[in-house]
Amino acid sequence: MMVAGIAAVSLLFIVAIFAPVIAPYDYREQNIGQRLMPPSSQHILGTDELGRDVFSRMVFGTRISISVGIIAVAIAAFIGILLGAIAGYWGGWVDNVIMRVVDVFLSIPTIYLILTVIAYLGPSIINVMIVIGLTGWTGIARLTRAEVLKTKKMAYIESAKLAGLGKARIILRHILPNSLTPVLVSITFGIAGAIFTEAALSFLGLGVQPPFPSWGNILTSGKDYMHSAWWLIVFPGIAIFIAVFAYNMLGEGLRDYLNPVTRRQDTT
Amino acid sequence: MKRYILKRLLLIIPVLFGITIITFAIIHITPGSFTAVNMQMDPHASPDSIARLKALYGLDKPAHIQYWEWLKRFARLDFGRSFIDNRPVIDKIGERLPATILLNVCALMVIYFISLITGIYAALKRNRAFDKITTGITFAGYSIPDFWLALLLMMLFGVYLRVLPVSGLVSVGFENMNFWQKTADILWHLILPVSVAAFTGLASLTRYMKSSMVDTLSQLYIKAAYAKGLPEKRIIFVSALKNSLLPVITILGLTLPALIGGSFIFEVIFSWPGMGRLMYSALLTFDYPVVMGGITIAAFLTVLGNFIADIAYAYVDPRIRYK
Repeated sequence: MMVAGIAAVSLLFIVAIFAPVIAPYDYREQNIGQRLMPPSSQHILGTDELGRDVFSRMVFGTRISISVGIIAVAIAAFIGILLGAIAGYWGGWVDNVIMRVVDVFLSIPTIYLILTVIAYLGPSIINVMIVIGLTGWTGIARLTRAEVLKTKKMAYIESAKLAGLGKARIILRHILPNSLTPVLVSITFGIAGAIFTEAALSFLGLGVQPPFPSWGNILTSGKDYMHSAWWLIVFPGIAIFIAVFAYNMLGEGLRDYLNPVTRRQDTT
Repeated sequence: MKRYILKRLLLIIPVLFGITIITFAIIHITPGSFTAVNMQMDPHASPDSIARLKALYGLDKPAHIQYWEWLKRFARLDFGRSFIDNRPVIDKIGERLPATILLNVCALMVIYFISLITGIYAALKRNRAFDKITTGITFAGYSIPDFWLALLLMMLFGVYLRVLPVSGLVSVGFENMNFWQKTADILWHLILPVSVAAFTGLASLTRYMKSSMVDTLSQLYIKAAYAKGLPEKRIIFVSALKNSLLPVITILGLTLPALIGGSFIFEVIFSWPGMGRLMYSALLTFDYPVVMGGITIAAFLTVLGNFIADIAYAYVDPRIRYK
């Protein structure tokens, strides 16, 4: 499972990095004379309503999806780990306050939150990354806090404190490294989710704007031309599915691998 | 039990306040003030009338006073009037909420029905064909983008096969139908959205049910029941099932936020007249009162739902109450 996940994710990275080499056309190149053509030997996946090659747009779209996925989750992880570690280590009212904030964010439907901020900040790739990051930190915070609480009680932390190490040092170099394995799994799933959310936002027109290619915004054209251009719907969706599936597989594999119980079992 | 309920209630209050603060903060911090949008439409607006408009909406007062005013009106369920058609926000939300709830409740019922049955059988026939196949299907379903699936099915059933409607809650001429026809019409419109919503939600619940069932089945008291010679059906469907349902109920509580906000994208794709669609158009037209009211109401309903789920869980599992 994990091997398959790593393979799939690596494939995505390769496509993203080597996009200019793989794509036969420039993703912006319009050719109105050849608009809405079905898949052919000239355009493997057909053309969109402005004559742009769908395959090329999809290949370059990989770059966008992966970068949004990773950066958004990086933001979320930063906030989540920070707040979770603080809450777990300090406890008391700090912990309470942070947990209430987490509750608040969890009660507001994420979609509404994301949409509202995007609608008012304006749709762009950077805003999408920021917004997904700002709304996705809650799970990671809770996880980190739980792990920190567990690690806090271990003997080596006691000895570190007795040795007189400062709080920050204890947290950074002793507690965190041992708490972060479940967070790693959560991050991987988070990337899958972020890719999905970016695609959904772009589909609604609130994410990546044309002419920049995103699998989501190809689907937007697909919706408008559903009656005549099935390839605009089928292929981008397959791409999104593969990307999300890849990261989900990686996450599942990681989870089984990092869990000392299941690691000893012979799981595929 | 009462103490538990009271404790829960106390914990909720800061959360409710927090929701109102965050909603208010987001709307007022982001650029694009109330008046800017309205005034941009009319280049003849003088600074005087802009100032009057601001005073009317109380926008010239400092932020915390505005918040307090809003909070007071909110307590009376007065969310103001929509900028678009000047109707009270409450009314607009009220007429859309039932459609959303209908869609989500139906989806939830389908998900639970299928997941519970599949989960139980997968647990019973662990690692055999049924289990592996269903795990594979649900895992794939989990990764499929739901809006893509919606588009695909829409294309297949609505455009190419033409058997299902692709938009709306009711057909044209709904008013003229009798009760049974109306029910049938709504059900017919429900098929596509509910199918898509259910398919993508099946994965996690099925796996949860299966693992919960597997855990329960390995417990000593189940082995004791077998040793006692109780019929297998009774063991599985009475003892094991009841105990494995407990974590599933917790999940029900966690999926409640999805009840209100989760169908958003389906509502937009299928033109379903629900709250998600209302929020979507309100956001695009910068209709602040509707947006604020919508988010706050959705969040409050979520908190309420979680609260009820917590109480139900404590009622069902006595161990929780005594923590």
